[in-house]
Amino acid sequence: MTRDPDDPPARRRFLVQGAAAAAALVGGRAQADGHPEEAAPPAIPAWMKTPGADVGSQTYGTPSRFEADVIRNVPKGLKQYTSASSRTPLQDLDGILTPNGLFYERHHGGIPDIDPAQHRLMIHGLVETPLILTMDDIRRFPSESHIHFLECSGNPGFEAIKGKTASDLVGLVSCAEWTGVRLATVLREAGLKPEAQWVVAEGADAAALTRSIPIAKCLDDALLVYSQNGERLRPQQGYPLRVLLPGFEGNMNVKWLRRLNVTAEPAYSREETSKYTDSMPDGTARQFTFVMEAKSIITRPSGTQRIAPGFHEITGIAWSGRGKIRGVQVTTDGGKSWQEAALQEPVLTRALTRFRLPWIWDGQPTTLMSRAIDETGYVQPSLSDLTAVRGLKSFYHNNATVPWRIAESGEVTNGYA
Amino acid sequence: MATRNARALAAALLLVGLAGAARAAERYGIGRAATEAEIAAWNIDIDREGRKLPPGSGSVAQGHAVFEAQCAACHGARGEGGVGDPLVGGRGSLASAKPLKTVGSFWPYAPTLFDYIRRAMPMTAPESLSADEVYAVSAYILNLNGLVPDGAVLDAQSLAAVRMPNRDGFVPDPRPDVR
Repeated sequence: MTRDPDDPPARRRFLVQGAAAAAALVGGRAQADGHPEEAAPPAIPAWMKTPGADVGSQTYGTPSRFEADVIRNVPKGLKQYTSASSRTPLQDLDGILTPNGLFYERHHGGIPDIDPAQHRLMIHGLVETPLILTMDDIRRFPSESHIHFLECSGNPGFEAIKGKTASDLVGLVSCAEWTGVRLATVLREAGLKPEAQWVVAEGADAAALTRSIPIAKCLDDALLVYSQNGERLRPQQGYPLRVLLPGFEGNMNVKWLRRLNVTAEPAYSREETSKYTDSMPDGTARQFTFVMEAKSIITRPSGTQRIAPGFHEITGIAWSGRGKIRGVQVTTDGGKSWQEAALQEPVLTRALTRFRLPWIWDGQPTTLMSRAIDETGYVQPSLSDLTAVRGLKSFYHNNATVPWRIAESGEVTNGYA
Repeated sequence: MATRNARALAAALLLVGLAGAARAAERYGIGRAATEAEIAAWNIDIDREGRKLPPGSGSVAQGHAVFEAQCAACHGARGEGGVGDPLVGGRGSLASAKPLKTVGSFWPYAPTLFDYIRRAMPMTAPESLSADEVYAVSAYILNLNGLVPDGAVLDAQSLAAVRMPNRDGFVPDPRPDVR
């Protein structure tokens, strides 16, 4: 057997561990993949016998018509869709970047249709010079690009976790390359007064949504972004301007940003009191729960998929609001033993990280699960570990491991349901 | 001689360039100053003490009429909830197996109720209510929760004086709490 010197460690371990099983499968490939011999396609298919569509026939390209089912996961039967969310189809995606059209949505007053020529950003409050900036002004500041995930804090709740697919369970997370100006640069342009402790950001949507951001985050890695994955923000993601707070809960990353009020105190707005606070068993509610803790999910194989005995690459995504993913461990035996998955480089801070582990399924029912460890040493907990401390009513910040049950038939289902 | 002059010029330009870069790192001179009038027109933030509550007032009775016209379709005739969140009830439920989070049971500050209604409600026509109407409907919702009497008329001072039952119900983030 020849071995590629570039083989990652996990692949090498698999080759050793799985050698016996793999050898057993070689003789019986047709049976092992469960499919009868299929007819080969025509030697010269129709699409080779005539020229295809003209160059420029699509001036803004869209996916193949055969990918028409890879779409946002929009919940059915909601009471209203003005303040609601749709999810990224995580199980259909590869890599770590979410296509802009599939980025998850959470809006509180619908999606505004903003003319950037009429849009302004006002900076006022505890500043030396209150400012008004146009979008052209904002793009004149020195720019930066960074890859970061964004995740809704309720992804999912702690009760009735009955979703079928990876998207149903944790599809309120996406990842993109964001381009904009450091929030610190813009605040320093206005000049912060010494009493400045918080910045209250307001959106230009019909909710005029407001969240308070601690000044330390504003002066650290916070960005005002106007582009996502190389093109201008989509309206669903805050066109023409949004806040991006790497690792902080999605709601704080105010979209359609129009105002920054520099203050000594938080606003205690509805979104940081009545909503987006975490109810504890003793009746108190945790407030200003900003960081999204380390989390991971296997996206393949995952719920509603069906696998056959034999080789499978287990793959998924991991992320942490506290920094880089240090490792991801995967169990293929319901938690009895854990193996180290390979991490796809680059492993970036506060970004999705792709992990992979080669696996041979022996056809016996089992449960697959992943758990992430971040650079602070924090280990992704189980749901029971979380609810033992927080009860069932805290709703936000459930970063528990997700079990996928594999039946003898190969059907993959939600291990919580 | 010509060469030496060119070197001196280059050195001078370099110094000017560095000084320019240092200044630019602090201020870029981008944008224009916002006027007091512009800030006053844009800034609708009401803090928890109610220090920026606007002039105006509204009674529970007036608020009942505003609520029926503007709010009841989503929040129910008496704020019991529907398409919109429940606004009434739930006192004493927060530590139970079925916590009911409403304005009465959960909302910590009365002035931020004014802030939210003014900026975001009604959902179909936000920022359409007058200050008097927002005071009135705030009074009605607080009255439904037993927090102000039937005859109450609320303005900046009296709304800020309402002490909400769950004012001290919020705690800081202790995470990481599960290891």
